[in-house]
Amino acid sequence: MAVAVSIVDVVKHFGALRALAGVSLAIEEGEFFGLLGPNGAGKTTLISCLAGLVRPDSGTLSVLGHDVVTDYREARRRLGIVPQELVFDPFFTVRETLRIQSGYFGLRRNDDWIDEILANLDLTDKADTNMRRLSGGMKRRVLVAQALVHKPPVIVLDEPTAGVDVELRQGLWHFVRRLNGEGHTIILTTHYLEEAEALCGRIALLKQGKLVALDTTANLMARHAGDSLEDVFVRVMRG
Amino acid sequence: MARAPARQLIGFWTLFSKEVLRFWKVGFQTIAAPVLTALLYLLIFSHVLEGRVQVHGVVYTAFLIPGLVMMQVLQNAFANSSSSLIQSKVTGSIVFVLLPPISHTAFFLAYVLAAVVRGLAVGVCVLAVTAWFAPLRVEAPGWILAFALFGGGILATLGVIAGIWAEKFDQLAAFQNFLVMPLTMLSGVFYSIHSLPPFWQGLSHYNPVFYMIDGFRYGFFGVSDVSPLVSLAVVVGCFAAVSLFTLGLLKRGWKLRH
Repeated sequence: MAVAVSIVDVVKHFGALRALAGVSLAIEEGEFFGLLGPNGAGKTTLISCLAGLVRPDSGTLSVLGHDVVTDYREARRRLGIVPQELVFDPFFTVRETLRIQSGYFGLRRNDDWIDEILANLDLTDKADTNMRRLSGGMKRRVLVAQALVHKPPVIVLDEPTAGVDVELRQGLWHFVRRLNGEGHTIILTTHYLEEAEALCGRIALLKQGKLVALDTTANLMARHAGDSLEDVFVRVMRG
Repeated sequence: MARAPARQLIGFWTLFSKEVLRFWKVGFQTIAAPVLTALLYLLIFSHVLEGRVQVHGVVYTAFLIPGLVMMQVLQNAFANSSSSLIQSKVTGSIVFVLLPPISHTAFFLAYVLAAVVRGLAVGVCVLAVTAWFAPLRVEAPGWILAFALFGGGILATLGVIAGIWAEKFDQLAAFQNFLVMPLTMLSGVFYSIHSLPPFWQGLSHYNPVFYMIDGFRYGFFGVSDVSPLVSLAVVVGCFAAVSLFTLGLLKRGWKLRH
């Protein structure tokens, strides 16, 4: 398997705060990978470094062999990110939003794929609705759709189910599993550890900007003698 | 799949179109409102001064119209880029532009050109509404277009800087009220600088907006306070300087990529 995401010795400070303290890990193509940790552990900073939103003080990150700083265009083309915050542009409808996002990635006439995403995320009947008029859960679905418009081989979901109802969660995970089955690499951060346990083949645990555990979900649970990933999480974070 | 340069072009065009569509969707606020403001200025100042003042041999109302048109071109070019950027920063939707592979040059061109389009749209509408109030000549349309484009470009670029720099709406308002407004209002929109005392006349020559207004007005009447070539050199020089400065900021990811 080729490496989908390579993170080598990444350090990032915000003033006196050390957000990332030399994190290194590699995620293989086709993995469903969990990036877990308590609030402030550095998960979102690490994802932001990968996305080019945050520039690391030192270290390198690459997506499918493309460095996120020196070869950012190719790296970003291969990366789809669902941001944690519920952000949207209030001027546009759902379809306009997705067409605009396609255009940013250099894609025109992308409506067939946009229709497919809308159908899979149960947004077809909202396609011509202004973003302001959608519920929080609907806006979250549009964020997922925006991350997928350019068919990225690597998809990062930063707490995609926060504040989302059960029905959408199930629909979302069904769709994401399908994407993973088709070969997309999925990186997931979530505070719902049962979701990570059910979905992720391998998990990294971050604590205060450091990588404190990295293994398959099964090995982590076996090594820490936990009945659930939550047990493992609590033990590792206390240790 | 389009080739890399074509993808870059599509990315730029999409961002530019999105910015134009953004102000078009709220046209009442972004186009109609500044036209009304300009019309009110014209009605009040021409009522008070028409018949009492002539500038460069031109009746006051006719003299005033190009100044008002250019003032609105400049202020609206600034307003478009600055308000779009701060709004998307405050709401967080700027992330949709930062995540895709859009170069800093494409980012710059899209925001600046869309802001110039809004400035020109407002300018044309102000001209269409105010031209009925006085006989207006057009001596040199090329000069009119050149000053509108470069002047709008300068203010649009300043709007990009202000929109990225400001973290709150009141910081942007301060930039607009304490820098852009005085520079545009004290630039000869309402008067010829020859009517000013020598000190203020000299000071006006340090205001780049004065050259934009004066050169723009030359295109209508064929007369100006300074040579239009000098004005154009100043305006193009300022545009090049602020553009290079802004491109440098964007390349570094100043206040956008931390």
